Amino acid sequence: MSTPLTAWVESVGLLGPGLSDWQAAVEVLAGRAPYAPQPTVIPPLQCLPAAERRRTGKVVRLALTVGLEAVVRAGADAATLPAVFASSGGDGENCHEICQVLASAERQISPTRFHNSVHNAASGYWGIATGATPASNALCAYDASFAAGLLESLVQLRIDETAVLLIAYDADYPEPIRSARPIPDAFGVALLLTSAAGAGSLARITARLSVTPADVLRDARLEALRAQVPAARSLPLLQALTGAEPRAVVVDYLEPQRLEIEVSPCH
Amino acid sequence: MKPLALTAFTATSCLGRGLAATRAALDAGRTALAPCAFETVTLDTHVGEVPGVDDEPLPAELGEFECRNNRLARLGLRQDDFDEAVRALTHRLGPERIGVWLGTSTSGILDSELAYRQRDPATGALPASFRYRGAHNTYSVAGFVRRALGLEGPAAVISSACSSSAKVFASARRAIAAGLIDAAVVGGVDSLCLTTLYGFHSLQLVAQGPCRPFDAARDGLSIGEAAAFALLERAADDTPAQAVLLLGTGESSDAWHMSAPHPEGRGAAAAMSQALAAARLTPGDIDYINFHGTGTPSNDAAEARAVAAVLGSRTPGSSTKGATGHTLGAAGGLEAVICALALRHGLMPGGVNTSVIDPALPVNYLRENRRAPLKAVMSNSFGFGGSNCSLIFGRAG
Repeated sequence: MSTPLTAWVESVGLLGPGLSDWQAAVEVLAGRAPYAPQPTVIPPLQCLPAAERRRTGKVVRLALTVGLEAVVRAGADAATLPAVFASSGGDGENCHEICQVLASAERQISPTRFHNSVHNAASGYWGIATGATPASNALCAYDASFAAGLLESLVQLRIDETAVLLIAYDADYPEPIRSARPIPDAFGVALLLTSAAGAGSLARITARLSVTPADVLRDARLEALRAQVPAARSLPLLQALTGAEPRAVVVDYLEPQRLEIEVSPCH
Repeated sequence: MKPLALTAFTATSCLGRGLAATRAALDAGRTALAPCAFETVTLDTHVGEVPGVDDEPLPAELGEFECRNNRLARLGLRQDDFDEAVRALTHRLGPERIGVWLGTSTSGILDSELAYRQRDPATGALPASFRYRGAHNTYSVAGFVRRALGLEGPAAVISSACSSSAKVFASARRAIAAGLIDAAVVGGVDSLCLTTLYGFHSLQLVAQGPCRPFDAARDGLSIGEAAAFALLERAADDTPAQAVLLLGTGESSDAWHMSAPHPEGRGAAAAMSQALAAARLTPGDIDYINFHGTGTPSNDAAEARAVAAVLGSRTPGSSTKGATGHTLGAAGGLEAVICALALRHGLMPGGVNTSVIDPALPVNYLRENRRAPLKAVMSNSFGFGGSNCSLIFGRAG
């Protein structure tokens, strides 16, 4: 049994199919509003200079949008926050465009396509947008990327940091990769986590590795979202954050491990 | 921070397979960069290719991970009995107590690039041989190594371009300090592919000949490939004096530009200062610096300013990328192993290919090998997106 890791959730940012922000998601996840999936609408970014804004793809816009929502909801200063970016696929459209050009006689990929191809592109644009100079991590663990990002964040809070912004995000690939990796739509979630309780903390979470099977969601369409988008493996945790009672949830991690999380709401 | 011991380590690059070949090349001041003959690439540039990677297919039970990058990973794991050291430790600790953190920038993307040439003319579909999970996905190399070594602990790929496999040391250090695990396999694996060769070319960052870090006439980087691994465990009272320790890590972000460093090396300086603080060392304690030193005009200028600001201009340093090329997501791991060799054998490797040191760079750049007992050395790694990491290694005694 590994050492449990504890943190407080200060705020959440969320964007996904039929879930326009955290406020909208709370109503759905708490069962007060029906879940009506609609294609994810990612708003244009206001936080980047125009030249940079034109260079960003939808995955970067998704990550920055949920990150900013969490920061604004907590009234935090993004420039001072270490960040953890967790994504299974990064920018799939950009990857497709590069592979397509490299398979042609031309092979001349554009400089912007190339620098956008790095898995930490969202982290780089986040720094440019917010001026954040602390450490930023960009990691991937395939379908376990959300739990891997959460573990990295919780470990940072135990050892080095007092606050960490976790941003987990994934978007759909275009064909032909889509057939091999059928992620249906874009979903992103940001959690602002702290090592001590604040006045506005939503909940205390305590996580440990476990072999208990992951929770599934009762609503079939929400469960489909959870099962199909790596970042949406967070949904059992997010649902527990909307409740008034303490709950233990299990989210998917790397076989044979899962992440069991006790959620104790603060209000 | 509490020091961690590198109880096993190994590296495979164009310099050779394993530590003995790597050390022999460094001792001889040899570069293994050669005119690019990789795949169908027609660029006029030099690369550091590892010979024979394509001749090492994965065993059938690991077939789902088949791709050139994982072949290179397996080749690397088998040098210096690294895989045996991990198995012995697994026997002692249990497979769930050992984590895997690896850096890569492009994982098995080469195989995807080739698959795109074989799309079905009618449907556009990729060939049946296309492997998303085991090859294309950024995590594939950590998934492969975890499976190949029979490990069941936490794992992730850290992919922040050229700082990736330096940052794995920081993540593993925290996970061990937090008690999440007792040991970790860390390192980096990155292999040649068209995305990086044509991509760096599009940014006009590729040298025409072999790269010449810190040279007055430097004109860019040479891309290489490598697999480098280290096994990290808590240092104990009985850790032998010659053991290599991880003493400090520092990480920062430039918040400046996607593909150019902050001109004053602001983030680089922050990472170095943090690593010194974590190691409880002063600038005078650092005996040698392995520079990131890519050989691009802007990287070397920014790094030199940052080093001068934090450590002054007297500490000897060099970039080993003139010998190995820039192995991108594997560079942090490869250069960590080179630092470990430097500490073990008292060797400061001179930077090869550099003939006239740029007088505008305020650092003590070594062009020739220098031999002296070393107690603490620093390794710098900086990546696209403004991702910086600095590591400090030392001897136990």
